Amino acid sequence: MPVLTKEQQFDLLYYMLLTRRLEEHLVGLFKEGKISGGLYSSLGQESISVGTTYALEKEDVVSPVIRNIATVLIKGYTPKDIFCQYLARVDGPTKGKDTTLHFGEIERGTVAPISILGPLIPIMAGVALAGRMQKRKRVALTYIGDGGASTGDFHEGMNFAAVQRLPFICVIENNQYAFSTPVTRQSRIADLAQRAVGYGIQYAIVDGNDVVAVYEATRKARALCLEGEGPFLMECKTFRVKGHAEHDDPSKYVPRAIFEEWRKKDPVDHYVHSLLDQKVFTAAELSEMENKIQQILEQAKKEALESPLPSSEDTSTGVFRV
Amino acid sequence: MTTITYLEAIRQALFEEMEADPRVFVLGEDVGAYGGAFKVTAGLQEKFGEERVIDTPISESAIVGAAIGAALSGLRPVAEMQFIDFIACCFNMISNYAAKAHYCWGAAIPIVIRGPYGGGVHAGPFHSQCVESFFLNTPGIKVVTPATAADAKGLLKAAIRDPNPVLYLEHKYLYRRIKEEVSSDVFVPLGKAIIRREGKHLSLVTYSAMVHLAMEAAEELSRDGVEVEILDLRTLSPLDEEAVLQTARKTSKVILLHEAPRFGGFGGELAAIIAEKAFEYLDGPIMRVAAMDTPIPFGSPLEETYLPDVKKIVKAARKLMDY
Repeated sequence: MPVLTKEQQFDLLYYMLLTRRLEEHLVGLFKEGKISGGLYSSLGQESISVGTTYALEKEDVVSPVIRNIATVLIKGYTPKDIFCQYLARVDGPTKGKDTTLHFGEIERGTVAPISILGPLIPIMAGVALAGRMQKRKRVALTYIGDGGASTGDFHEGMNFAAVQRLPFICVIENNQYAFSTPVTRQSRIADLAQRAVGYGIQYAIVDGNDVVAVYEATRKARALCLEGEGPFLMECKTFRVKGHAEHDDPSKYVPRAIFEEWRKKDPVDHYVHSLLDQKVFTAAELSEMENKIQQILEQAKKEALESPLPSSEDTSTGVFRV
Repeated sequence: MTTITYLEAIRQALFEEMEADPRVFVLGEDVGAYGGAFKVTAGLQEKFGEERVIDTPISESAIVGAAIGAALSGLRPVAEMQFIDFIACCFNMISNYAAKAHYCWGAAIPIVIRGPYGGGVHAGPFHSQCVESFFLNTPGIKVVTPATAADAKGLLKAAIRDPNPVLYLEHKYLYRRIKEEVSSDVFVPLGKAIIRREGKHLSLVTYSAMVHLAMEAAEELSRDGVEVEILDLRTLSPLDEEAVLQTARKTSKVILLHEAPRFGGFGGELAAIIAEKAFEYLDGPIMRVAAMDTPIPFGSPLEETYLPDVKKIVKAARKLMDY
C-alpha cells in the first residue's frame, strides 16, 4: 500500500474538518428553527465517508445515506448545495422537493438515497452491473447502517451482486444504534461483515474512526472488485455520538460510559493529532485551514439564506420526464 | 402482416427492441435458457447472451433494484415478475424509489416491469391478481394494460422507449387465446385510449381482458337494440381522460368494467372524474362491474362467481338502460 502523499493527507483532513464545521452550522440553523424536518449528523463518524469516498476514482459511483455528507462534498457538491437542500431553497439539488442527502446525479458519480435505506444495495448493484455491461472500469459503493443491514433488500442485493460477481462495495457503518435499537437487537453476530461468508464474498472489518485505515481498506476492496473478485463487504466500527437526529435525546437509551469512551476516539481529533505528531502539518497550517473553511461556510450559508423558496407552481412539475 | 398470439406479440416487442437498442436488456426469474415461466422470453438468451438476458435469484427487490440502478446508468432494463402478484415483494423499490426519483431529483428511471396479470385461469389467490390499484395512487409510475396482440406489441415498444418507470400488465388469460394480424412496425403511444366499438346508447369503459368480455356483452345487447360504445383505456396512467369524458358525454350512460375488486378499484376514480366533469351529460348513475371484494379464489365455481362475466355486464346495462 503506497504511503499517502502530503497533499492527500491535507485533502483527507480538509474534508474531515469541512464536514465537521458544516454540520455545526447546520445544527445552528436547526436550533434557530430555519431547518424543518430531521437533521442527521455524522458527528464522530466523518472518517468513514471521507476515507471511502476519497479512495474512489472519478468514474466510480457512490450513493450516500443520511450521514454521508462528506461523500457528496468529495464528489463535488458544494456547502451551498447542502445548505440550500436543508433549507428547501430553489438553489438546492432538489429545488425544495426533498431534504437531507436525497439527491444525486449519475453524471457526477452520485446516486440519491431515499429514507428507506435498504433499496440502495440492489440499486447500486445495478449500477455496478450496468458499468460492467458498458465496459467501464468503475466500482459502485454504498453504505448501510447496522439497522439497514437487517432489511431484506440488503440480503437480496448482496446475494444478487455476489452471484453476478459485481464490482460493488457495500460499507456497513456499524455505529451501534439504529435510532434507539442497539446492534445486539439487530443481529446475533458481533461482526456484521461476517455475513459475507453467507454470500461467498470477501470482507474486512475496519476501525471506522481511523480515516487512513478506511481509505486503505477501500483501495484494496476497489482493486479486488476490478479484478472480478467483487462484491466486497466492509464493516466500519464506529459510534453515533449524537442521537438519531437533532430532535432525539440519546441519553435516554445509550449508557453514559459508552459516550465517554467514544468521545476519546473522535476521528477528527485523532487525525489532527496524528498529522501534527508526525509533523506533516503545523499548528499554523491547521489554523489557516480552519479559517478558510469557516470563510467558505459563512459565505455559503449567507448565499443559501438569500436563495428563494420554491414557487408553488413547481409542486406539480416533474412527476414524469417528458 | 402476420397472425400472432398476444404472447408472441410481447416476445417480438422484446426481441425487436433488444435488437434495435443495445441498452435494452431483460432480467428476471427463469427468463434465460428456460425462456420464462410462460415462455415470453423464449429464445432471447440464445440470441442476446447471458449478459443481456439475466437469470436472477428469487429476489424481486433485487430484480427491480438492479433494474433501477442500471436505468440510472443509462440502460433500458425490462424486469420480469414471474407472476405480477410477486410485485408486492418489491413495492417499496417501485413506489418509494422509482416513482419518486424524477420528481425529487430529476433522475430518469426508464425501467419496464412486466409480468403475467389477472385471473380466469384457475391459478389461485397468489397467481391471479389485478394489481393496478396498488400503484395508481402513486404518482410517477405509468401503468399499461394491453387488450389485443397489436397493442401488446405496440404498447410494450412504447413502454421500453419511455423515459419513465412503466408497469406493463400483460393478461395471462389472453396469452394464447388472442390471435390477430399485427403489422411489423406497430407502435402504440402511451396515454391514448381507443374506441373498440362505436355505440350511442351506453358506454363501457374498460381495459385489458375485460375488453373482450365487453365486446361479447355488446353483441348480446345489440340484439335488444342497445348500441354499446366500448372504450379501451390501454394505459391507466397517464389516463386519456378526454376519451373517457367524450364517451360519457356522447352516450350519457356509463358502466365502468374492470377485473380488479370493486372497492378501491380504478372504477371509483373514473366514476369520480366523470361525475366531476361531465355530470350534466349523464342520464343515469355511473355503474361499476368489477370483481368481488375478496381474494381471488382457486376453484372453478368460486373463481367464476368472483370475476365479472357477460351476464353481469348485460344485467348492469339493462338496469342502466331502464333509467
